[in-house]
Amino acid sequence: MGMTMNKPRYQGKRYRLDRPELLAPAGNLEKLKFAVHYGADAVYIGGQKYGLRSGADNFSFEEMREGVEFAARYGAKVFVATNIYAHNEDIDGLEAYLRKLEEVGIAAIIAADPAIVETAQRVAPGLEVHLSTQQSVLNWRTVQFWKEEGLPRVVLARETSLEEIAEIKSHVDIEIEAFIHGAMCSSFSGRCVLSNHFTDRDSNRGGCCQSCRWKYDLYVDGDTIAEGEEQMFTMGSKDLCMIRHIPELIDVGVDSFKIEGRMKSLHYVATIVNAYRQAIDAYFADPDGYELRPEWLEEVHKAANRPLNTGFFFDTPGTEDHIYEPEEKAAPYDFAGVVLEYDEQTGLAVVQQRNHFKPGQEIEFFGPGGTFFKQTVDELRDREGNRLDAARHPLQEIVLRVAEPVRPMDMMRKRIR
Amino acid sequence: MVATKPELLATAASLEELSLLADAGADAFVIGESRFGARLPGEFGLEQIGEAVRIARGSERRPRIYAAVNNLMDNRTVGELPAYLGRLAEIGVDAIVFGDPSVLMAAREAAPQLRLHWNAEMTSTSYAQADYWGKRGASRIVLARELNMEQIVEVKQRTSLEVQVQVHGMTNIYHSKRSLVDSYLGHLGKAPEQVDSALGQGLFLMEADRRDERYPIYQDAYGTYMMSSDDICMIENLHELLEAGIDSLRVEGLMKTPAYNETVVRAYRAAIDAYAADPAGYRFDPSWLAAIRRVQDPSRELSYGFFYKEQVY
Repeated sequence: MGMTMNKPRYQGKRYRLDRPELLAPAGNLEKLKFAVHYGADAVYIGGQKYGLRSGADNFSFEEMREGVEFAARYGAKVFVATNIYAHNEDIDGLEAYLRKLEEVGIAAIIAADPAIVETAQRVAPGLEVHLSTQQSVLNWRTVQFWKEEGLPRVVLARETSLEEIAEIKSHVDIEIEAFIHGAMCSSFSGRCVLSNHFTDRDSNRGGCCQSCRWKYDLYVDGDTIAEGEEQMFTMGSKDLCMIRHIPELIDVGVDSFKIEGRMKSLHYVATIVNAYRQAIDAYFADPDGYELRPEWLEEVHKAANRPLNTGFFFDTPGTEDHIYEPEEKAAPYDFAGVVLEYDEQTGLAVVQQRNHFKPGQEIEFFGPGGTFFKQTVDELRDREGNRLDAARHPLQEIVLRVAEPVRPMDMMRKRIR
Repeated sequence: MVATKPELLATAASLEELSLLADAGADAFVIGESRFGARLPGEFGLEQIGEAVRIARGSERRPRIYAAVNNLMDNRTVGELPAYLGRLAEIGVDAIVFGDPSVLMAAREAAPQLRLHWNAEMTSTSYAQADYWGKRGASRIVLARELNMEQIVEVKQRTSLEVQVQVHGMTNIYHSKRSLVDSYLGHLGKAPEQVDSALGQGLFLMEADRRDERYPIYQDAYGTYMMSSDDICMIENLHELLEAGIDSLRVEGLMKTPAYNETVVRAYRAAIDAYAADPAGYRFDPSWLAAIRRVQDPSRELSYGFFYKEQVY
């Protein structure tokens, strides 16, 4: 971090927003609610069609409507990723789908395919169109092209550096959205058809099977240069994490801070949103006195699935930025439950089980804004008052004593080693 | 009835190869330099492009010369684009090939008379996209190699743009801005200089569970490229594309010798000419394929690419 802090900060402008939006992924309605509750200004989701995460739960229109209503109570918006590159047969039904998104109150779509961009502008003018990172936009002229096409926002390629963002900002007054946290394609997003070649699954329509994370032998002069499993070639990237660099991102004028992960867990989304929300708010509360708080970093690491780095923001990733060794889970914690109720008189909470836990285990509770405490699991009972030797069943409602007050939608994790 | 002949489009690594392939029957060439164009078999600076245009104009077949300006552009390069496109227009190239809208912006400003071929490779996927870029000035769409025959034919039926497809050779399947070979060498404790990972050095990847397939990989100043393990070869079924009225058939010469490319161009030339002379009586001549097989690297399968595949997602 020291190295980058010595560089001059790039000063950009946010033209339409007075502070950056924190944009979170939501793979389903529950994740949407938690993302918003934990501080996201906007969430992006996938519908049943046209999205790049065909493996995610994805939203029905009814769920979208409910999500939009929930988010509105917090002043938050809902975006829908329609980020495939459509083939001929995908075009039929597109107009009706986009109109329906507009009707259920979606604020914006995130689109890469110009055919989807143009169709949305024509049939659903109430939807903003944000250009997806799948268009690999790296330069200001291309940003200007999309602005002239009427788009209010461009999501840059993850390959864009802070310096390049500053230059883009100096040329074009448009909202810039940048990924600040999460998994990364090691290719330019969209410029990879490994899945198509290996498995006949179309990566640009949601079929990516992450072939970049598989193991390869590299042959030079007809011979492999690897010696054993841990020496094999891979393209797999470490995950992006910019929590240490919030001031630089704000100063350069990034309008929307985007967290990757529509496939990620509820615990992941809540934890990551919570950490970035606190960092952004702390900066705006006192820009000069801002300091990175170690607990934000600790929290991020409790949710991290992979080792972390800063992507292309400061420099092109090198050896240390790729995962050649078997991946280790970064943190010895697992999501264990969600608080449903709390009784101040008795100090008892009702927790909905999300993972096995039992008396004697070390647990911690956290909620929006950084509330946090640790304790040991005491006695467990079910709703009827029967004593339990463990919380065994998913979604079972468990009554336990908590060391400090908790609120509904607070989360509980357990230490696993 | 004599059918309209589609264009047989080739690449070239040098002016000599360009002349060779022009004589073998290529109707057009895509050439350029790596500062602006991606995945080119050889470097053609403005001077060489000018020379290529002169050679083309002076030859009997008068092949067309297209300049590859198909990189993903960064801020630094977009500043150079207007002047570059202006020079290409002066030189008189027949079209430029692009996949980044910054090139369109620069062309509008500096060289509005240039013909534009939209080629974003794997993301050029529908007739609707063709029409989109057509409305913004493109005269041709180059379709993704991941489309199948049915989709290609439908695009041709539904768009007024010229449609180009690749009929022979390797395809790019992965492009990263990262220097992945160098990064890996670092992991092995080796210096990047210990291995030449440039185009043509013969590096390839083998996936752990697919030991019979070799995926070429190389690096340049713009990142790392992984290429298909097989070569598309549509010579047997070329009539399907000819019947569909596809406007341009590309033979990709990347990582091939001029002799190989000459053989391939001759084979496709013969097929296209035979079809044009008598569409109804056209028969595939096995000697065309046999000629290609004789020069084909045995470790690289000749395949139909995605022409007859159904993909899922």
